[in-house]
Amino acid sequence: MTNNNNTEISGWPSSLEEKRIAATQILAILPHCRLLGMSVEDVTEETLVMRLPYQLAIVGNPETGAVHGGSLTTLMDSASGAAAILSLPEPGLCPTLDLRIDYMNPARAGEDLLAYARVSRTSRSVVFTECTVVQAHDETVVAKCSATFMRLEDDAAKQASAAIQAMRASLQQQQGGAA
Amino acid sequence: MSESLTQSRVETLVHEARKTGNYQPFVKEIPYASLIGLELQALGDDLLYKLPRNPDNIGNPLLPAIHGGVIGGFMELAASLELLLRSDPIVMPKMVDFSLDYLRAGRHQDTYAECQVWRQGNRVANVSVTAWQRHRHEPIATARAHYLMASEIRNHLPSE
Repeated sequence: MTNNNNTEISGWPSSLEEKRIAATQILAILPHCRLLGMSVEDVTEETLVMRLPYQLAIVGNPETGAVHGGSLTTLMDSASGAAAILSLPEPGLCPTLDLRIDYMNPARAGEDLLAYARVSRTSRSVVFTECTVVQAHDETVVAKCSATFMRLEDDAAKQASAAIQAMRASLQQQQGGAA
Repeated sequence: MSESLTQSRVETLVHEARKTGNYQPFVKEIPYASLIGLELQALGDDLLYKLPRNPDNIGNPLLPAIHGGVIGGFMELAASLELLLRSDPIVMPKMVDFSLDYLRAGRHQDTYAECQVWRQGNRVANVSVTAWQRHRHEPIATARAHYLMASEIRNHLPSE
């Protein structure tokens, strides 16, 4: 932890632990991700790992209990988007330009899902990502997603950066207050 | 859910919906549809899908905007329902791939979608989906999905 005595968040993470904390904070300010109970499992040099716990609310086929592709889309968009944001030199927002998803196997009843997202290239305007979703217990590949994210420019980027840092700071303050 | 949604129950609910024009009892049986709040309305022979404004669906609290994944999930569900509700005999189609282009931020407002089944063969179907908010001619996203149809799904099952 870097900001134990300080609620102001000045820097953008460089160490893996800082990145993991920043990704967790970003996820915590997204209401729909909170609703699904998604969490950041791990951040490595290459990959960001996000977990979607199995729950009845995300079932698409009640006869089999299989998870609906829609919640997989949310998981992959969130994991890829978080990986894209962490690849930027400073905090920013990356709106999704497009997603292409291949469904390889049904996401079976009762299984938590893990999304492994990595950035394949960060250019001046665009971030390219690849993401694979597996069943947590046996690593069966459920879906793959390649996505493209836009980088915001100039004033919009500055505003987004300031807003993200402010939210992270207020979140940290709340958590500090609750602890 | 009082009962599991078996094939025969799906058939009963869909036949009932076709008769009454009220698809909500069927849609409510799908947990993910209830989670995001999808509603379905028949306008003559056309089906209109609605995702009412819902704070739980927000992904970007700054704008605020609907989570891109929810917009995707809404459109995937719409495409699947379109195929299922138009199939005779009724089959649960299986999605193979889904391709989604975001055109505008999905604001924290009601969202609508309509589908076009471009091809429905014995093996695969191709469905396109358009989603909009204020104006139909200003879509927030367009998508395309491929599905395996029933005969093909059967062929993939291990023989007994």
